[in-house]
Amino acid sequence: MRLAEHCYRSVCAIRGPLVFVERVFAARIGESVTLLAPNGQALDGEVLKIDTEQVLIQVFGETHGLDLEKTSVTFHDSVKRAPLSRHCLGRTFNGSFAPIDGAPMYIPERWQAVSGVPINPVAREYPREMIETGISAIDGLNSLIKGQKLPIFSCAGLPAQQLVAQILSQARLAGEGEFVVVFVALGLSYHEYHFFQQTLEQMPSRFVAFFNLAGEPVVERLLAPRLGLTVAEDLAFHHQMDVLVIVSDMTNYCDALREISTSREELPGRRGYPGYMYSDLASLYERAGRLLDRPGSVTMLPVLTMPEDDIAHPIPDLTGYITEGQIVLSREMQQKGIFPPIDVLPCLSRLMQHGIGEGQTRADHRQIANRLYQSYAKGRELRKLAAVVGKEGLLEEDQTMLAMADDFERRFVHQGEQRRDILQTLDLGLELLEEYKVELS
Amino acid sequence: MKGVVTSISGATVSVDIRGLQLYDRVYIGHARLSGEVVHLEKTSTTVQVFEDTHGLSIGEPAEGTRAPLTVSLGPGLLGGIFDGLQRPLPALQQATGAFLQTTREILPIDLQRQWDFTPSKQPGETVAAGEVFGSVAEGHLQHPLFASHAGELETITPGTFSLHEPLAVLKGGQKLFGWQSWPVRRPRVSGGKRPAETPLITGQRCIDFLFPMLKGGVAIIPGGFGTGKTVLEQSIAKFADTDVVVYVGCGERGNEMAGLLREFGELLDSAGRPLLERTIVVANTSNMPVAARESSIFTAVTMAEYYRDMGYDVLFLADSLSRWAEALREISASLEEIPGEEGYPTYLSSRLAAFIERAGVVETALGKPGSLSMILAVSPPGADFSEPVTQACLRAAGAFYLLDTALAHSRHFPAIHWTQSYSLFAAQGSTYFCREVDERWPELQRRCRDILQQEDALREVVEVVGMEGLQDQDRLLMSAAERVRRDFLCQNSFTEDAFSAPAQTAQRISEIIENYAQALKRLQQGELLADILKGGDDASG
Repeated sequence: MRLAEHCYRSVCAIRGPLVFVERVFAARIGESVTLLAPNGQALDGEVLKIDTEQVLIQVFGETHGLDLEKTSVTFHDSVKRAPLSRHCLGRTFNGSFAPIDGAPMYIPERWQAVSGVPINPVAREYPREMIETGISAIDGLNSLIKGQKLPIFSCAGLPAQQLVAQILSQARLAGEGEFVVVFVALGLSYHEYHFFQQTLEQMPSRFVAFFNLAGEPVVERLLAPRLGLTVAEDLAFHHQMDVLVIVSDMTNYCDALREISTSREELPGRRGYPGYMYSDLASLYERAGRLLDRPGSVTMLPVLTMPEDDIAHPIPDLTGYITEGQIVLSREMQQKGIFPPIDVLPCLSRLMQHGIGEGQTRADHRQIANRLYQSYAKGRELRKLAAVVGKEGLLEEDQTMLAMADDFERRFVHQGEQRRDILQTLDLGLELLEEYKVELS
Repeated sequence: MKGVVTSISGATVSVDIRGLQLYDRVYIGHARLSGEVVHLEKTSTTVQVFEDTHGLSIGEPAEGTRAPLTVSLGPGLLGGIFDGLQRPLPALQQATGAFLQTTREILPIDLQRQWDFTPSKQPGETVAAGEVFGSVAEGHLQHPLFASHAGELETITPGTFSLHEPLAVLKGGQKLFGWQSWPVRRPRVSGGKRPAETPLITGQRCIDFLFPMLKGGVAIIPGGFGTGKTVLEQSIAKFADTDVVVYVGCGERGNEMAGLLREFGELLDSAGRPLLERTIVVANTSNMPVAARESSIFTAVTMAEYYRDMGYDVLFLADSLSRWAEALREISASLEEIPGEEGYPTYLSSRLAAFIERAGVVETALGKPGSLSMILAVSPPGADFSEPVTQACLRAAGAFYLLDTALAHSRHFPAIHWTQSYSLFAAQGSTYFCREVDERWPELQRRCRDILQQEDALREVVEVVGMEGLQDQDRLLMSAAERVRRDFLCQNSFTEDAFSAPAQTAQRISEIIENYAQALKRLQQGELLADILKGGDDASG
């Protein structure tokens, strides 16, 4: 046991973002370190592995400019922690928690380990209050519930970021409570960064943002979501706020995980992603939730891009197994000019059952959602059939369903930048059902 | 046996203790994190730690126990909620708050709780090891207590005892307690296996009618995400006609577990008792440590075997076995073993088969058989059923309920695919239901399958020529098949319909089939199809 910082100049190897140090006395797993490069630049790092001869350190930041002779490594005798305070609201940070909005760093009230601690399953409150995103296809058919983790599966080139920005600025709590957004951007291009910057500027002090741009260190991509979630947990369970955490884009996170895993010479799993990716993703996603007898909640809305539009790719696949449903965007809807281009059929919100209906949204919410879904599913199936046999080969009632599916996409799913509250959404759904004479029960 | 930590990589830790055995329990570091020996070499011992190793340093002390990971078995397990190492989660919450912290050990059973003990032996009688020497009432169940040692009883008295007191003393001073420990990785011995014969009534029409499950059998439920594995498992856990349910949430969602605990606490079984009273829950969510996830199914199955040995019907449900296999893979990779298919260790299928063999009907010390049935959810990556875990399960399981993504997308729940699923227990099921419920059972089953198969063939035709191109007779069949699917196979787990007794099941399918037969007759007599279909709709409301 040591109670002081130790400094070493015994770096023996540097491999990408990984640094090996020899002859270290009593290093700890997860211990936070500072590396001082010969040019005076300081970098943060974390101990990943210790054996008798050497210690393996993962560096948060660019390892350019480090050398074996002059680089010094200081071990801090504590794990990586995040500075927490209410004053983080309205601020923008980089992936290492340094402010990038020009204002000075605040004085932290507390420090908390970033790796997080699992919530005891018996201490969890079952989520059952809706968050109104203002998007009909989500609120009406796949409602987002406080404490839920609901990812958005996008494809390259689809306006996922616009959808996120719209949710950022339009989301409201159905009940009362203080509502804030923690926004974590991973591997974003400058263009996207600028776009989000503008969105955030319009919502003063209701957000905390962490930006890791495409040109910034890969390891920070692994750190930034943990910083964001640690802040979110503090705001939720210490300051009793309802926090919505948006992480975009998780595909960049997973690719960073793969990159680091490969440089550690670990055995690759499916498509080169490490075998522990499920557990690693779970350690992020599972931090969403609510606690019994305590106000505050952490809700997660991660965004990911499905490589090759493939929903069976390891990233969306493992995500789908952990999260409570998914919102899927489709290229076909985008081509039809529908915004948001949500393909309702593969979408799902597992927690919706208990968060809607009488006393929460409206008594007929569930029936409207079920009927719309069934009619649309039927219409979509008929569309395939009509492509082969032509509309004339269909029964008259089937032709009606076909028309309804088109109308549903044009009027219900498509809404542009307009915000619809849940009652407007339900009325619109009811109107469609009545128009096509679909009975509610 | 003491030593120090020599290297650390994540949850894999090497220590310099000699003389340990494989799977011995080891306590690591000042925080006394618990782990088990997974590799032995002359110079070092590798330990897989069940907890988060953050902050651990080399040179910290390590202590070997010369005993494997065990579970405590005794009255008071029912209604309990444990983690993968059998630590009681409610007590842990009281000790450390809402977030799980590594802490001193808390015993899984409450030794202070008082029980009314009724001896079944007199002083002076002899007991054999494993023989019953008395019982307590645990809720509505009679909980027999097994002797840990053989000998002649010196004292044994009825009365109220807590579990830390001995309930009987043998000649020579050996004490008999009401609870015992058992190593989780060793199957509990029993009086020999018997073939399974009686159906396990799940209340799911599709399962009971088309693909019956037996008490003592093993079924697997593979399905991609969103196909309703968890809802189906929980629905079976609620309604199955069994005495005890052991439910393992292995590497799954925390909110789901919270929902299950809340719902099971509120719902009543057919006798009006809270469901949780017959249930043991083991919850190791996906963000809890991986090694404990691996051990969780063994912890749970050992408790299940304990109640089976009392002559009860026990149902073991795991959600999901794939997470267990992945934990095995993670541990194997961190030990740098040579990977097999998809990175899983090559011993995956033998481990899995050995685990599944712990199910079955056995003779017990009480003279009546006890059964342990398993229903295991599998989560194949990308809903691709050719992956190693599904395939390994298939070879060992007797019933296979394939959950289909397309069915789930069309909100057909349970999304059990009726042509690709199967049950090797179909013959025993039919015999039983034919005898006990309805003699038409096998005939109804045959006609139901027939309708579904014909529909399958007709669908291909429809895809080419459209509905309008079909003959009237075929259109009638299509509409009957739709009724079978919509009104019979579909079952909403969130309504009254969640449980369907076998008699109701038979009633419902016979109505549909009879309606179809009558409609067919009317069509042959020259009535118009449109009139018949219209009339049929009216009749069905």
